[in-house]
Amino acid sequence: MLTIQHLRKSFGPLVAVDDVSFRVERGTLVGLLGPNGAGKTTTVSMIAGLVTPEKGEVMVDGARLSGDTDPKKRRIGLVPQDLALYDELTVRANLRFFGALYSLSGAALDKAIAGALELVGLADRVNDRVSTYSGGMKRRLNLAAGLLHDPDILLLDEPTVGVDPQSRNAIFDNLETLKRRGKALLYTTHYMEEVERLADRIVVMDHGKVIAEDTLDGLQSRVAGVGGGKATLESVFLTLTGRSLRD
Amino acid sequence: MTFIPLLAMVRKDLQLFFSDRRSVIVSFVVPIAIASFFGSIFSGPSNSSEPARIAVAVVDQDASLISKAILAGSQVDKNLKVTTPTEDEARSLVKTGKTAVAVIIPKGFGEAAGSAFFGDGEKPALGFLYDPSRNVELAMVRGILTQHVMEAVSKEMFGGDQGRQMVEKTLPQIQSSTSMPANQKRLLIEMLGSVQKFYNQPAGGAAAATERRGITMPYTVHEEAMTAGSNIAYNGYAHSFAGMAIQFLLFAMANIGVEMLLERQRGLWSRLRSAPVSKLTLLSGKAASGALISLMILLVSFGFAMVVFKVRIHGSVLGFLGISIACAVMAATFGLLVAALGNSPATARGVTTLAVLMMVMLGGAWVPTFIFPAWLQQFTLVVPVRWAVDGLDAMTWRGIGLSGAIMPVLVLIGFAAAFWTIAATRFRWEET
Repeated sequence: MLTIQHLRKSFGPLVAVDDVSFRVERGTLVGLLGPNGAGKTTTVSMIAGLVTPEKGEVMVDGARLSGDTDPKKRRIGLVPQDLALYDELTVRANLRFFGALYSLSGAALDKAIAGALELVGLADRVNDRVSTYSGGMKRRLNLAAGLLHDPDILLLDEPTVGVDPQSRNAIFDNLETLKRRGKALLYTTHYMEEVERLADRIVVMDHGKVIAEDTLDGLQSRVAGVGGGKATLESVFLTLTGRSLRD
Repeated sequence: MTFIPLLAMVRKDLQLFFSDRRSVIVSFVVPIAIASFFGSIFSGPSNSSEPARIAVAVVDQDASLISKAILAGSQVDKNLKVTTPTEDEARSLVKTGKTAVAVIIPKGFGEAAGSAFFGDGEKPALGFLYDPSRNVELAMVRGILTQHVMEAVSKEMFGGDQGRQMVEKTLPQIQSSTSMPANQKRLLIEMLGSVQKFYNQPAGGAAAATERRGITMPYTVHEEAMTAGSNIAYNGYAHSFAGMAIQFLLFAMANIGVEMLLERQRGLWSRLRSAPVSKLTLLSGKAASGALISLMILLVSFGFAMVVFKVRIHGSVLGFLGISIACAVMAATFGLLVAALGNSPATARGVTTLAVLMMVMLGGAWVPTFIFPAWLQQFTLVVPVRWAVDGLDAMTWRGIGLSGAIMPVLVLIGFAAAFWTIAATRFRWEET
């Protein structure tokens, strides 16, 4: 459903993303892993249309995505790393605004809001100001805001940063539900256990390049585990990217 | 450009603005309060109130008929509030700012002034102690006192005992003078002889009517304030409300620019940019909400001024609305400029506060531009606030018709177009 082909982006002398290609199929979740500065967020930004690639293409069902107002952008939803919400407004006012950006209005918008809040379990707090929400609730609302227009492809940039285990687990359940609904999910994170639980395929990036792409089992088979057993994803990741600190 | 996202952006920005009680107070209440204060200062005296008098201390060390007459004339002058302390007290009053000017009439002033009146004596000095921060009042007191001194000295010299004695003393001296040219001597003797006859004529009749009258101002002044009409008084609140409303709507728009930078910091701009919405729609939405808020600030401020201070649009209502809308659009695009050029919210806030204060100061929002030096008055034509304030003045108290609104509207729209162009080209669209 989502195809990335030879994406490249540099900022001055720094090549942030270099010849990155991978696919995300319908009903699957691809985990995008990499140390700090690997190029994950820049890749997601190019797919979402926030950054213009120097080279390469983003394809949705084989059609090239181009321009700010390309209708194909409606098929992509973004859940940014930041809590991109207006704290001063109510949950309903936030979602009405974000939905209207996709030209939703009236009953269709109300239905979309209800559906998204139902999924993330916040339907009973719709008239509260966002500022009264806990960190975990804001994370779930952040996810709901990306789902309002019912996108086929969901880009999740570290969506569980700073949340408690209960909220994180609730988000995982939401994502598994979305997978079952046939959505294509691209998920960036630093938490290996999240990818182990959720990902159908894993793309590992470092220094702007894809250095590995495989299933969890496929990656684990590349590295010998302790005592001859299966290697953990973390040991695979460290083997692939090295142990030097990335700041 | 689709309208659902555009309208949603406007509605969201209005909701955000009105959800912040501090912003609302700063934007609506504060300009009204400050404009009311400035308006009360610059409105001038109303028909029912007396003008503020200048505090003057007069120290009469002479105690002559002339000095007493100067003092008496000053005490009844409607522009002065005269006290009569000692010299030390007068110095203290001026030094502490309680009195603007102290006038010291030195001993012998009356006699010397009388001699100097006919040009043959040394002019005595009248002492002025003044507060250097109140130069304007010094100039006014100097002018007012000139009138009272001339009146007192001439009255005494043409009808008083001092004048009579002066003539009786001077006439024999001239007659016996051998150094004076004969022609000049003859003329002076004739003139002083006539003055002596004037003194010696019996009381009553026409002479009595003119007795004891000194030189007075040989003219009166007819003043006509050039306002919207002959029966319409100048209302200083019109200017002060225009200036303050513009100042605070610029602050509000600068704040919207800073909020856009905060939206970027908080990742909200990423969400906006990921939607299938054009850059034009995003900027237009911001500009439209900013213009609406600006217009509300302007109209609410003027509405208050109209209800409470009886400010009226004596010119063109259409022109007033045109200038208000052009001013609101200019301010909204100024907010976009802040968002486009600002590096971070904190630095943008500091820089724009300075920029707004400079613009309103140079634009005549605080004090009228006519007090600026000539070169500065010319320079301020490049400040949009100047056009907005002048335009609103023209439509309110000056009572100029629609023609007076055309140039301000065009210039303000020109500034808006320039701000928009710079903002659109310099805006950081890429979210990293």
